[in-house]
Parts: sequence; structure tokens; C-alpha cells
Amino acid sequence: MASIAARLDEEWRTPHSLYGELSTVDHKKIGKRYLVTAFVFLIIGGLEAALMRAQLIGPNERWLSPDQYNQLFTMHGTTMIFWYASPVLSGFSNYLWPLMLGSRDMAFPRVNALSYWTFLFSGLFLYTSLFLGQMPDRGWFAYAPLTELQYSPALNMDFYALGLLFLTISTTIGAINFVATAFSVRAPGMSINRLPIFIWSTLTTSFSMIFALPALSVACVYLWFDRRLGMHFFDPAQGGSAMLWQHLFWVFGHPWVYIIVLPAMGIASMVIPTFCRRPIAGYTYVALATVSTGVLGFGVWVHHMFATGLPPLSMTFFSGASMTIVIPSAVSLFAWLATLWGSKPVIRTPMLFMLGFICLFVIGGLSGVATAVVPYDWQLTDTYFIVAHIHYVLIGINLFPVIGGLYYWFPKMTGRMLDERLGRWNFWVMFIGMNVGFFPMHIAGLLGMPRRIYTYDGSMGWNTVNLVTSLGAYLFAIGVLMFVWNVIKSRVRGAIAAGNPWDASTLEWSTSSPPPEYNFEVIPTVRSRDPLWEDRLEPPEQSSLREGPTLTDGRLTVQSAPLDADRVRLLHMSEDTLLPLIVALVMLALFYALLFRIWGLALAAAVMLGVATAWWLWPQHPEHGEG
Amino acid sequence: MTGSRRRPGSMLLLLMLAACVQAPSFMRPASEPAHRIAVLGWWLIAIATIVFVVVMVLLLVPLMHRRQEIAHADVHGGGGERMILIGGALIPAIILIAVFLFSLPTLSATITPSSRPRYTIEVSGHQWWWEVTYHTADPSFRVTTANEIHIPVGEDIGVRVNSRDVAHSFWVPELQGKIDLIPGQTNTFWLRADKPGIYRGQCAEYCGMQHAHMGVVVVAQSAAQYADWLRGQEAPVTAPRTTDDSLGAQAFQRGACSLCHTIRGTDAHGVLGPDLTHVGSRLTLAAGMIPNTRGHLQGWIANAQGVKPGVAMPTLYLDATSLQALAAYLESLR
Ligand code: HEC
Ligand SMILES: [Cu+2]
Repeated sequence: MASIAARLDEEWRTPHSLYGELSTVDHKKIGKRYLVTAFVFLIIGGLEAALMRAQLIGPNERWLSPDQYNQLFTMHGTTMIFWYASPVLSGFSNYLWPLMLGSRDMAFPRVNALSYWTFLFSGLFLYTSLFLGQMPDRGWFAYAPLTELQYSPALNMDFYALGLLFLTISTTIGAINFVATAFSVRAPGMSINRLPIFIWSTLTTSFSMIFALPALSVACVYLWFDRRLGMHFFDPAQGGSAMLWQHLFWVFGHPWVYIIVLPAMGIASMVIPTFCRRPIAGYTYVALATVSTGVLGFGVWVHHMFATGLPPLSMTFFSGASMTIVIPSAVSLFAWLATLWGSKPVIRTPMLFMLGFICLFVIGGLSGVATAVVPYDWQLTDTYFIVAHIHYVLIGINLFPVIGGLYYWFPKMTGRMLDERLGRWNFWVMFIGMNVGFFPMHIAGLLGMPRRIYTYDGSMGWNTVNLVTSLGAYLFAIGVLMFVWNVIKSRVRGAIAAGNPWDASTLEWSTSSPPPEYNFEVIPTVRSRDPLWEDRLEPPEQSSLREGPTLTDGRLTVQSAPLDADRVRLLHMSEDTLLPLIVALVMLALFYALLFRIWGLALAAAVMLGVATAWWLWPQHPEHGEG
Repeated sequence: MTGSRRRPGSMLLLLMLAACVQAPSFMRPASEPAHRIAVLGWWLIAIATIVFVVVMVLLLVPLMHRRQEIAHADVHGGGGERMILIGGALIPAIILIAVFLFSLPTLSATITPSSRPRYTIEVSGHQWWWEVTYHTADPSFRVTTANEIHIPVGEDIGVRVNSRDVAHSFWVPELQGKIDLIPGQTNTFWLRADKPGIYRGQCAEYCGMQHAHMGVVVVAQSAAQYADWLRGQEAPVTAPRTTDDSLGAQAFQRGACSLCHTIRGTDAHGVLGPDLTHVGSRLTLAAGMIPNTRGHLQGWIANAQGVKPGVAMPTLYLDATSLQALAAYLESLR
């Protein structure tokens, strides 16, 4: 066997050099880069929030100018929603998918690398606005016509429109890669009814992305056309429509909310069963609930627009639809509860975060139901109640499972455990900070405080809630920093992790920690949902993890049939290459050229992009499938 | 009605406004539609609280039987489907259908008034102030004011809203939900107050730099007081009575002021800023930002950019005499 490992290592290894780092297409490296980069954006977005909360800590504070405050709240939302919440989940998926599916890489490794580089560069592009002092300042949903040149003449909103457009390229190709991977690159026997719930959730999300992102791209292109090419898509004075932006944005935006929470719910569905020592209750219901949430997510966008003067009948319809979508979420909730009820759980830090997540999930879900009730939403919309709701949803259902998930998979990723004692402190500080910080925002909303105001007068009666909110938010921030500290500390000095430290059931835990670059020495053959628990669950057929194809002649993995995952043929995976980095750099040049309207450079970059694409698509292994 | 007789009244209102440290909460409504919405809200809060408590019990009870070790612990499977179907699908469906049906009567009762309103006013959003227009008995004559809406108590008032620039949202929490002001579109809405009082409202849709200072006040008064007020607003300006006033009037006409502001009955016809015909009668200046006192008025005219950075009104660097005269003149416009 040693010789097999050596041969595989030779085929798959990325050299430890600068060239190696820049050219790698290893999904595990890319996944970790996604995670780290997304966390950097989380910290930046958090700093922006910290500055805002300092302004709002008391009435009539003016140390931030209105202009600075408006840039900060816009960048906070944009960064967190677009450059943290979704990419951090892509990080998990990139890292975990091939390991969970029993394959050696994603379907298109080079596309994967491109998706990361474009994510990174789009973020750098967005943040160059900081150095010009022209950060986007019209809110993360940037309602027209406030974003039109007439009302926003500097580059601020060009950064927004082009930066998001750039990011959608990254997200779209990433999503296509996940769909392709889910349907073709799985271990033999990993049939559709054996997919881990995390795969179901990310797959659903990937489909949603593919259908939702075009609306955002179109909106951003129109906006930029309006601003820089003198068009009038969103300019009512010239026959355009301000509502067109709102519809385009929310047709994208509401599915996006599910895109950034479903995979995190998927993480919970992986962690909870492990610590309950049983498979998840109602696997089929959870999978169906996940998919139906993704589908229904496209039918509720109008609930962001109940105050825009729509006809009552259409509001009633979207109100009903928004309530319907609660049901699949409740099904998932009760699946976790039922899993707990049928078990004697073990409490470790990852599980604590999942329990905290369930609590916040319920609060965020219930406040969501309140906003779906049309007349009440007329009062709630655009107040701090909505700010509270969105933070319960995004922190509760994204950040808590993400951090819990990192406590869970960090040993797999690095070979070291995170500190458990610090982990518990970390959880309680975050959980208490979260509730002290964000719960009072509900009350601020009920007291009539609108969102997005850079200051408020002492006579409005909002002083106390805001003081408490600011203090809670700082406590919460300390909790997040404790996590960062735990990662840094444990990366160096943490206890060494075994291959399967939590005695979990899915395939990623059958590898060493961290896994070898080729993931599996033997491509496993899967016969149940919980291959590593077969000794105890005793399913009718047993998986085979130690015997099977080794595929040592080149970078090979098994291509399988979409539904039942019968082996179809071998796939030749691509070698390391600088091409994704080069293409991403050319795109970066293109976007800067568009931003500064250097048309010559834009043209040159477009031509280079064409050439690079041709080079990319040039067949290398005519007899095999191509990555 | 002369200015001096109305003055104590508006002073009193101003004091009331200053003493108003109570938050403009929609859970303490002052009108019938807001009351209905608040009742719906309390129900939702009650239901949510019950659901939350039940779920937390379901979450915490199984944690009472824990085990300490994870490695090689036994594993078992199956079960739980019934709990999922009943707790996750059936019960939520019943609650949600009930909530939905329960909300429908409130929706229809709050979206339109029960009878056709006798009065209709128009509210236009500007960055960052509200233009308010009243129709009068003479169809060709309208009264325009700013940032302050007077309505008779117990009467349904129709409101037509639109925007002159970007999207805004009109919101007086104690009286009604929000209605967006969207450029290129006129939305209809209605207001009602069942208790006399001063209600603070604010723009709720982010509309740029000074979105935080786009306030509005609704003054609900008895039918007689309201009629008085409207008559006062209909009257054209009185000719300046003191020398200071006439100096101010001259400065206003000569300077840039008249390019942006209208004073009905004079040569000032600007439309970029609020109508100032009866500015002296208003409670606040600059869309609820500062109280309408001589000192604040003078400060505003001297340095609007310093008070509310980014507004369309420039800082004009006036000399002290014209500044005082202007303030005196504007204050006299009741
Ligand atoms: C370029 C246009 C412009 C010019 C010139 C201008 N204003 Fe204004 N003014 C405005 C705008 C716009 C507002 C509303 C600002 C706000 O509340 O956001 C305003 C508000 C005011 C207000 C407060 C009205 C209210 O009810 O809140 C007063 C008083 C006023 N201006 C007086 C003056 C005087 C006196 C001058 C001349 C010295 C002047 N303005 C010149 C545009 C202008
Ligand atoms: Cu506004």
C-alpha cells in the first residue's frame, strides 16, 4: 500500500513553492483560502459595525460625519452579505464536498481556483474605494434612483455595481462547479438518497444561485449603464422605473437569504447527529425541506416591498407565500429536535454552537413571520426591528453554525483540535453578546426607530436601547475575537487530532487529519448513509473503504451516474496551473478599466480574456474527460 | 386671526414638542388604524412567545440526559418522523393559516378608510424635507407648507404621496404604517388621529446623506382649530410692519433666498426649498431638526450647511444686519 500512497502523492502533490501556491487547484487549499479570506472580510465588516455602534451609543453623537456613517453602514452590509456570508460557506463546500462524496477533487478544479481568485480580487476591487474615500454609500440594496449619477456623482456606486458584477462571476462559476460535482463526481454507490444533508443544502443553494444571480447581474449592468453610458433604466424622469431596481434586486435578494443560510443549516444537520450519536431523524424530510425552501425562496421577494403601494391582492399572495416557506424551516427544526429527543447527546463546543443556533434560528424565524403579516409589516419595515431580524437570521443561522462547523472540522483541516475550554468561553460570550446586542434592536424598532440613521435626538426615547445594543455588540465582537485567537493558538499548539476525533459517520472522517492531497488512497464504494457507523448500525450492505480502485496513473477520479452513482468512467482531473490566476488578474484589470473608464485598457483586457479562455478550453487529454 | 393672537398657541405646542421624550412607538397607537395594527402586533408577539417557550423546552429537556464520552459510544438509528410531521408541519401550518386569516381583516380595514375622505392632502418627498399641499374651497388655489401636517381629529384624511427626487417613505408610527414615496409614481394613503396631539414621524426609506433628519410632525387638533389654522395658511403675507421686517423682506428678495423659496404675495417664487409664506407659524425648522425659535432660525440662515451638512441650501455668508433682519422677517411670517 505504501507504494500506492507514494505514487498518488507524486501525482497529486502541489510543490511547496510560490509557484505551487499560486497554481494549485487542490480543493482543500482553495476551501481553506475561502474560509480565511471570508473571515478577514467578517472582521473588516465587524470593524465597520463597531464604528457605527460607537456613534449610536448615545444621542446626537457626531464624531462620524453623515457621509462616513453612510459609507460604513453600506460597506458593513455589502461586505457581510456578499463577501463573508456566502463565500464562507463556499469555503466549507469546497473543502468538504470531495471528501464527503468520496472523490479526489471537484468536477472542475481549475474553475474552482478561478472562482476563488475572482472572489478575492472582487473584494480587493471593492475595497480600493476605501483608499479613494469613495466607498459605496447607498445601502446594500442600493435603491434607485438614489444611486443614479445625478444623486451620486462620485465613484462610490460604480464600485458597488462593478464590484458586485465581478463577484457574481465568481459565485456563478462556483455554483456551476458544485452542480456538476454533485451529479458526476461521487464515489460509486453514493446514490442520491445517501448524500449527506450538507450536500443537499449546498446543491440546492447552487441551483438557487444559478437562477438568482442573473437578476443581480442585470441590475448592476443597468445601473452602470445608467451612470456611465447615459442610459435611463432606473430614471423615472426619462421613462425609466425606480421600481424595476427593487424587483430585480429582491428577485435575486430573497433567494440569496436562503443561499446564505441553507448550507449553514446543512452544517447543523451534520454536527447534531454526530453529537447525538444517531443518524439525523427524518433524513428524507430534511432533504425535501431543503430543496423546497430553495424553490419557494423565489416566490417571496415582494415581502420586501409591502410599503411600495402594491395592490392588496398581490400583497396577500406574497404574504401567504412568505408564510408557506416557514414550514420547511420548521420541518428542519423539528428534525434536529427529534434527533435530540431520540438520543443521549454529548456536549462539546461544536454542539454548543448548534444549540445556540437553534435558539437564534427560532427567534429569527418568528420575527420573520411577523414581517410577513402585511399590515404589521407596514409598521416594521425599515425599522430597527428588521435590523434585529436580519442579524438573528444572519448571525444566528450563518455565523453560529459556521463557527460551530469550524470547531467540528478544524481537526480535519489542520490535524489539530481547537481548545475546548476556550471554545466554551467563546460560545457563551458570543451567545450572550448576541442577545444583549441584538434583542433590544427589536424594541428600538417598536419604539419607532428607523434604520440607517447616523444619529438620533435624545428626545426620541431611544437612548437606553441603543446604549445596551452597543455594549452587547462589543461583547459579541470580543466573542468573535476569542474564536480567532483560538484558531491561531490551536493551529500552533493544539492537541493532535486523530482521523475521526468525534467518531462521526461520514466519509471525510475516514481519511487522515489532515487528509492527503489525493484525499482517498482507495476510492470508496458506499453502501449506506453512514459508512463509518456501519459496524454499529448494521445496514443490510456494508461499504468498502479499504478496497477498491486506486487509480494511480495520473490525476484520476471516478465519474458516476447522476442518481444512483454507478461508476461510469474515469475522469482525468486537471494539473496545477497558473491559468485561473491569470484569467482572474485580467478580469481585475478589466473592471478597473471600466471603473476609471479607460476604454483602451478595457478593450485590451477583453481581448486577453478571449485568448485566455481559448487557452483554457484547448483540449489536453483528448481521450479523457477534461477538468 | 392675527399672528400675535395665535402665538401663545404655537408656543404651547412647541413646549409640548420639547417635552415629548416619549418614543413614537406604534405599539402605543393614537388612531384607529394604528390601533388595529398594534392589536395584531400584540397577538403576534404573544404567539411568538408561546412558540419560543415550547421550542426551548423541547430543546433543553433532552439535554438533561447527557453522556460524557464521544469516542466509540454506541450509535442507534431511526425514529422521530412523527415528531417532525406533527411539530414541523402540522402545527406550524395550523398556526400560520390562523395568523394569515386573522391578518386579512386588519389588512382591509387599514389599507383604505371606511368612507371616502372629505379632505385630501398631498405630500411630496424632497431630499430632505416634506412638501405638504392642501386643497382649498377654490379649486385653483392650494396652500403649500412644509414638514408639518395639520389634521382635524377623528376624521379620515386622504393622502396622495409622490417624490420629487429619490425614494422616501412617509411614516408617523402612532398614526399609521408606512407608505413609500417613489419618484414617477403616486401612491394613495390615509391618515387619521383619534386623539389630539403632536405626532412625530420620519422618513423611513434611506434617501441619502441627511436621511436621519427628514422628520415630519402631524398636529391633530379639533375641527375648529384646524379650520383656523388652514385659514391662517390661506392668507397671503402681511406687509412688513417694522423696519427690521422690511429690511429682511428686501434682503430676501434681493438675495439668493427667493431663487429657492416661495413667499406667496411677494416676488419670491423659488421651488427648490420649502414654501416660507407662513414659516413663522411652524413648530420646527429643517424637517423637524431644530425648534423654530429666533436663535435657531438665525443660525440656520447663517449656516445651513453647518446645521444639516449636505442640504441644498447653501451657506450664504450674510452680514450681521441682514441676518438679523431676515430672521426677524421670517419669524413675522405667521
Ligand atoms: C439653493 C436653494 C436655496 C437657497 C438659495 C436658500 N434656501 Fe433656504 N432652504 C433650501 C432647502 C432645500 C431647504 C430645506 C432643507 C431641509 O430641511 O432639508 C431650505 C430651508 C430653509 C428654511 C427652513 C424651512 C422649514 O420650514 O424647515 C428656511 C427658514 C430657509 N431655508 C431660509 C432661507 C433664506 C433666508 C435664504 C436666503 C438667505 C435661503 N433659505 C436660501 C434651499 C435654499
Ligand atoms: Cu427621505
